[in-house]
Amino acid sequence: MPLYRDQAIVLRTQKLGEADRIVTLFTRSLGKVRVVGKGVRRTKSRFGARLEPGMMVDVQCYEGRNLDTVTQAETLAPYGDAIARDYTAYTAASAMLETCDRLTEEREPALQQYLLLAGALRSLAERSHDPALVLDAYLLRALAIAGWAPSFHDCARCGAEGPHRAFNLASGGSVCPMCRPPGSAAPAPETLELLAALLAGDWVVADGSDPRHRREGSGLTSAYLQWHLERGIRSLRLVDRETRVDTRRSDSPAVELGGHADRPSTTPVAPAQTGHRA
Amino acid sequence: MYEGVVQDLIDELGRLPGVGPKSAQRIAFHLLQSDAADVKRLADALTEVKAKVRFCEICGNVAEGEQCRICLDARRDGSAICVVEEPKDVVAIERTREFRGRYHVLGGAISPIDGVGPDDLRIKELMTRLASGEVTEIIIATDPNLEGEATASYLARLLGPMGLKVSRLASGLPVGGDLEYADEVTLGRAFEGRRLLDV
Ligand SMILES: [Zn+2]
Ligand SMILES: [Zn+2]
Repeated sequence: MPLYRDQAIVLRTQKLGEADRIVTLFTRSLGKVRVVGKGVRRTKSRFGARLEPGMMVDVQCYEGRNLDTVTQAETLAPYGDAIARDYTAYTAASAMLETCDRLTEEREPALQQYLLLAGALRSLAERSHDPALVLDAYLLRALAIAGWAPSFHDCARCGAEGPHRAFNLASGGSVCPMCRPPGSAAPAPETLELLAALLAGDWVVADGSDPRHRREGSGLTSAYLQWHLERGIRSLRLVDRETRVDTRRSDSPAVELGGHADRPSTTPVAPAQTGHRA
Repeated sequence: MYEGVVQDLIDELGRLPGVGPKSAQRIAFHLLQSDAADVKRLADALTEVKAKVRFCEICGNVAEGEQCRICLDARRDGSAICVVEEPKDVVAIERTREFRGRYHVLGGAISPIDGVGPDDLRIKELMTRLASGEVTEIIIATDPNLEGEATASYLARLLGPMGLKVSRLASGLPVGGDLEYADEVTLGRAFEGRRLLDV
């Protein structure tokens, strides 16, 4: 099959030579592919903005010996353009695209991940919710699709019905008093409710949440993500938290994220004040 | 593979941006066949550029002294600053002869996926330049791609409350092209940035 056509989201681009780019496409039916966009950096390129990160396109590619080459691209939804006009949304989208790139393998179809990313980008582009909430909802659900669904209610170890006070990354979320490993975190109950709502897609609860719990939830989410990935997600450090800066100092106890014994390379995160810093 | 120094030259050339192994080989053999005087001129230019050229302490453009030619030129309008990503963008805008103000070179665009955030660019230096109050207008001329657009959004948010006139270079249709080939984003921006005709 020398020529193929598919729907795709542009995950990232890297400069190649004088005027070309290597474009990482997440296609709907083929999974992730790396293709060459010839001449895309020239101002007169016929691709224009179509092969920029966050754009959803209908592409046709020609299979090459090493890398495939894009021959045609039509815009399906210019999410990337709408997102780049809002810096907060742009940094959230960058973290989503990088996470998606890391959670998927080349040429392995992943329709659920594709649909999730498309929906999250649309939500950012349409300004439906706080970009930070959209990001956290995306991260939790992407992890769940990858097989790492955290538990925010029942005990992740024995299944004992929650809610439980303790949260432990290594155990996979909420843990009951019997299973609770030493050094488990004790986030606010509202934070766990928020995270459960984000995972389930309950936007009424999520939109009504308190900035303090959003901040704590973001810290737990990013720590949970970094726990499951070998290397950290670079964009997370740069997620713009300006829209949710709360002048009240958080009085909730610093969350301990213990239990890293078998994964020494992972740096624990102190979520409350610093936001994402892993 | 070639012997010793020839291969070393090919390897060094091959590390330059946009030069593949084939091109590196072609350039190496071109140099081997050239006059010794021509090659010496090239070698001297390479050595001198590293010895003499620095970055302007005010704007970040390439400079032969502590400050660049444009910052030193008293005839330039000190009330307007054009913000660009790279020194080569200064050259491109200078060629238009449209702008008589001064520049500020950021040193790139905000790209979280590459680990580049606002603190990695010369944004603090820009804010320092604005402190004197001489500057009243900022023209943001970052690249017309999404990283450049996001960098412009960040700067606009930062500069907005300072009471300056802040503008962004218009995106539009390439002169000499056909309308039907324009992508939706470019065409949409061209609509947004449309201008009234003198009638
Ligand atoms: Zn249990
Ligand atoms: Zn200068």
